Amino acid sequence: MKVFVDATKCSGYGTCAEIAPDLFQLDDWGYASVIGDGVPADPDAARRAAAQCPESAITIED
Amino acid sequence: MVTTTLTGPRLLTPGPLDLAAERGRGTYEPPACRDVIAELAAAGLRGRGGAGFPAHVKWRAVADAPGPRVVVANGEEGEPSSHKDRWLLTNRPHLVLDGLLLAARTVGADRAVVYLSHAETVTAVRAAIAEMPPLDGPVPEVHVVEPTYVAGEETAVCRSIGGGPALPLARPPRVCDSGVDGRPTLVSNVETLAHAAWISRNGAAAYRENGTEDSPGTTLVTLTGACADPGVYEVPFGLTVAELFAHAGGFIGEPAGFVMGGWFGGLLGPSHTGTTCTYEAVRAAGSGLGCGAITALPAGTDPLAVAADITAWYARESARQCGVCAKGTAAIRDVFAALKDGTATDKDRGNLQRWGETLPGRGACAFLDGAAGWARTVRAEFPTSFERDLGREET
Repeated sequence: MKVFVDATKCSGYGTCAEIAPDLFQLDDWGYASVIGDGVPADPDAARRAAAQCPESAITIED
Repeated sequence: MVTTTLTGPRLLTPGPLDLAAERGRGTYEPPACRDVIAELAAAGLRGRGGAGFPAHVKWRAVADAPGPRVVVANGEEGEPSSHKDRWLLTNRPHLVLDGLLLAARTVGADRAVVYLSHAETVTAVRAAIAEMPPLDGPVPEVHVVEPTYVAGEETAVCRSIGGGPALPLARPPRVCDSGVDGRPTLVSNVETLAHAAWISRNGAAAYRENGTEDSPGTTLVTLTGACADPGVYEVPFGLTVAELFAHAGGFIGEPAGFVMGGWFGGLLGPSHTGTTCTYEAVRAAGSGLGCGAITALPAGTDPLAVAADITAWYARESARQCGVCAKGTAAIRDVFAALKDGTATDKDRGNLQRWGETLPGRGACAFLDGAAGWARTVRAEFPTSFERDLGREET
């Protein structure tokens, strides 16, 4: 599984970093990116983060 | 590392070549090799749009993807200091079309598009298409787009040709899997296609007679700034910066530094006159060869003033699709403006350093990486300028 953040969609809600802080980081302006190679240690948390992103900015490739 | 000198330009000519002159040079003749992609691999041809990606890998990926497929000659040339693609399109449009059709036949594409934004290139390419001989493969189309920096990015290219805005998309998918209208698409810089056509007839071994082991062949460069004869030149890879500029009549005075790779490679200091112009050596210097455009800064130029001007351009030119790019380019601009004016705080310097390291790769396209490169290179190459007025506290 690999996780991607679409930077064109992210609006900086930060929901993903609250749900999966080991997988998502926020920059100075609150926009999210994946940490490291985007392969999640906790796939369930990654799926929850993707499902709850208000902008549907997170995609998961299985 | 072996570097050989240029025995005769392959692409550069004293002026435009008409169809008869091109045919006299073998343009539109079939390849002399059986396997074009293998020949490109053996030649070590790398993309000349700026990224330097191995050409054969892109061609192979599209050839292996299920059809129908599209090939695009990218002549948008959004780098402000580069002129070589315009030179090629206006002087040797037939060679570019030859390379485009070679690509179409090789990867099995039934649609071939020339993607342009400058009026003189549109005129030249349309005239060439009108007089080109009937050949196997699709008849090339011309697609014209407003010139912007990001319009030449390959996802933006595919989006525009498909009828959308010329703005980048997040990846995945890659355009070799899903490009124009969702079809596997090869987007190749026009100079890359011209070299591919040359290699298909002359072979990889002949291509490697110039250049170095890792950066083989010749390349078009745009040399500007403090030199006697600025313009487009064809040089073998592996010359030093000073040797490159000797082609352009030599420096005027002692350069204060070099704007590298268009505006994408940041700023290198004056000590880099001896740096070798290969992809590897320029990257090792913390910069990038990019599209081969280098500007020599006149003696006495304040590097912070140049950085302030160019990062202001980045902030204006951001497509503002990605929040991190809109905010990040504006923040970098603001700190360089403060550094230039002597009002930057130590916190500003720390932020700039951090952004230089953390922002690359964060946008949907590489535009933000270019702005971050200015943060990184100016600090590394001009520490005295970067740290002048050090000790100012936040007020």
